[in-house]
Amino acid sequence: MQLSRELMVEAYRGMKTIRVFEERVKEEFEAGNIPGFVHLYVGQEAVAVGVCMNLVASDFVGSTHRGHGHCIAKGCDVKGMMKEIFGRRDGLCGGKGGSMHIADIGQGMLGANGIVGGNSPMVIGAALTAKTLGNGGIAVSFSGDGASNQGTTFESMNMAMVLKLPVIFITENNGYGEFTGVDYSVGSGDISARSAGFGLPTYKVEDGTNFFSVYETIREAAEKVRSGGGPVAIEIICRRLHGHFLGDPQAYRSSEDLDDVKRNDPIQLFRTKVINAGLIDRSTFDDLDSEVEQLVEDAAKEAGEADFPTVADLTSDVYVTY
Amino acid sequence: MTKKTYRQAINEALHHEMERDPRVILCGEDVAGGQAGSAGVTDAAGGVLGVTKGLFGAFGESRVIDTPISESAIIGMAVGAANTGLRPVAELMFVDFLGVCFDQIFNQAAKLRYMFGGKATTPLVIRAMVGGGMGAAAQHSQMLDSLFTHIPGLKVVLPSGPYDAKGLLIQAIRDDDPVIFLEHKMLYDMEEEVPDEAYTVPFGEANYLTDGKDVTVVATSRMAHLSANVAKRLAAEGISVEVVDPRTTSPLDDISILESFEKTGRLVVVDEANPRCSFATDIAALISSRGFRHQKAPVVMVNSPHTPVPFSPALEQLYLPNEEKIEAAIREVMS
Repeated sequence: MQLSRELMVEAYRGMKTIRVFEERVKEEFEAGNIPGFVHLYVGQEAVAVGVCMNLVASDFVGSTHRGHGHCIAKGCDVKGMMKEIFGRRDGLCGGKGGSMHIADIGQGMLGANGIVGGNSPMVIGAALTAKTLGNGGIAVSFSGDGASNQGTTFESMNMAMVLKLPVIFITENNGYGEFTGVDYSVGSGDISARSAGFGLPTYKVEDGTNFFSVYETIREAAEKVRSGGGPVAIEIICRRLHGHFLGDPQAYRSSEDLDDVKRNDPIQLFRTKVINAGLIDRSTFDDLDSEVEQLVEDAAKEAGEADFPTVADLTSDVYVTY
Repeated sequence: MTKKTYRQAINEALHHEMERDPRVILCGEDVAGGQAGSAGVTDAAGGVLGVTKGLFGAFGESRVIDTPISESAIIGMAVGAANTGLRPVAELMFVDFLGVCFDQIFNQAAKLRYMFGGKATTPLVIRAMVGGGMGAAAQHSQMLDSLFTHIPGLKVVLPSGPYDAKGLLIQAIRDDDPVIFLEHKMLYDMEEEVPDEAYTVPFGEANYLTDGKDVTVVATSRMAHLSANVAKRLAAEGISVEVVDPRTTSPLDDISILESFEKTGRLVVVDEANPRCSFATDIAALISSRGFRHQKAPVVMVNSPHTPVPFSPALEQLYLPNEEKIEAAIREVMS
């Protein structure tokens, strides 16, 4: 399918926003402006955007500890996210969640999650809501190759099959769970075969740096799920550029491996492909770059100047009533 | 009013709320029971002890959902459904099974609202059976209320009789926070007058099973009845015992407990759970820190010992607090 110019602009803007956002987070973290743990999504942008462009605002996604990309792709406010990561009072979650717990349920974002494999049971719950209310919604669980070894993933896939829930299980196989290679930790070496074993129609995207490939696969899967076909699973092979968390020197990866990631930058590949096909010109991309850079610059500046939460915020938001 | 069992009272509460609100669903292992069985019966059980019997027939499989034995998926699914518009009642069956899904309860359900700055609402009830007394041994008999009570974000309910069970469960289903609803399996056949209509019993409001002026006994769940029996016996001897059942351990009606203690100056806490970091130690600490100037005697705690629940009826009877132990404790604080 030929994507409209409008959709291609949207795709590029989404991926570029994630990239510039993450690189700025890295810079601010290294300058000591961001506390805690930060897990960057750089290198995997085509996945989040390629998936979420097939969703509408009322569809739900559940995310992982490496969640900034999913949040941006699902429509979370970039300035609110940056303030949250800075721990500020008017961050998206009031500064109480931080990088690993960004959520905006009104935008269909059920939350990044600090527990590997934590989101899939809740995502099938969102799918159960859609099925029960009959509103045509679907839900997407983003997991990594690490979560593919968690029992919650298996339980959720089986439950979704039993109850015929409208859910897509995405496994972003970036090759490493923390510092350990997937060839070690996945005993069978084949993540897709596991979901097939649960009876789910299973797709595999061999090149997750190719936006078009991700987008097309999800489009087909989402249509199937939305029309009542039950759950599907999709494994997407992708690569992360940075370590498990910021500060991880990646001593377990070869320089060839990392050079290869840099050479296969999904955003550059997209841009080159689209320019070469004469679909969008270079200056349009340059304008989009400037627009995104300005947005992130403003987000970081505003986050740095924003107020911290106060003692009054410490004990609020635990219960609705108590 | 008609007499109803604790089991019937819970069933009625579910029935009322499912009828009132189409967003209320029930899910868990064998909440109907019998799917794909050779008898072709899809409502064979109604829960492992028959508590949810008849709901499948009334509300159908889209609202009474039998699940595989996958506790993390059951609880997590209920959490996600609660976040997105339903009001699920998930059944964990035996509370001991929380060990296989604790992450979904304490890292997810309990914390989402706080972590998301108030943006998540989780109107979820998790029903589970607690307590010993039927020879179900160490993995089907525990009283684990203190584990839940420890966690901010959860509410913890321990109905001690049919009237409270119905009113507290309706309250739990209408509540917008995650509620852990702990049913004592030895109380299911207990009878009491229970109104036919729907009503609520508020959280955080203790019930006085007996009024008294000499000793305050704070006790939950089945222990509240054993304590009340003892109190009635001792009244004949002129020992006046006030039995306070807090009904919910989170929120806790600390004011009622302290008010009673101000009057009596003597406290016995009766708690079926193991003693360390328990409901009993929590109440003892409350008295120590906020009731000290009224204190006439050391606090006495009646707990099970620091061991798993034994199987043999001979050992289980030794393990559980009973009326004899409660009476001895009351006499001790009076001496």
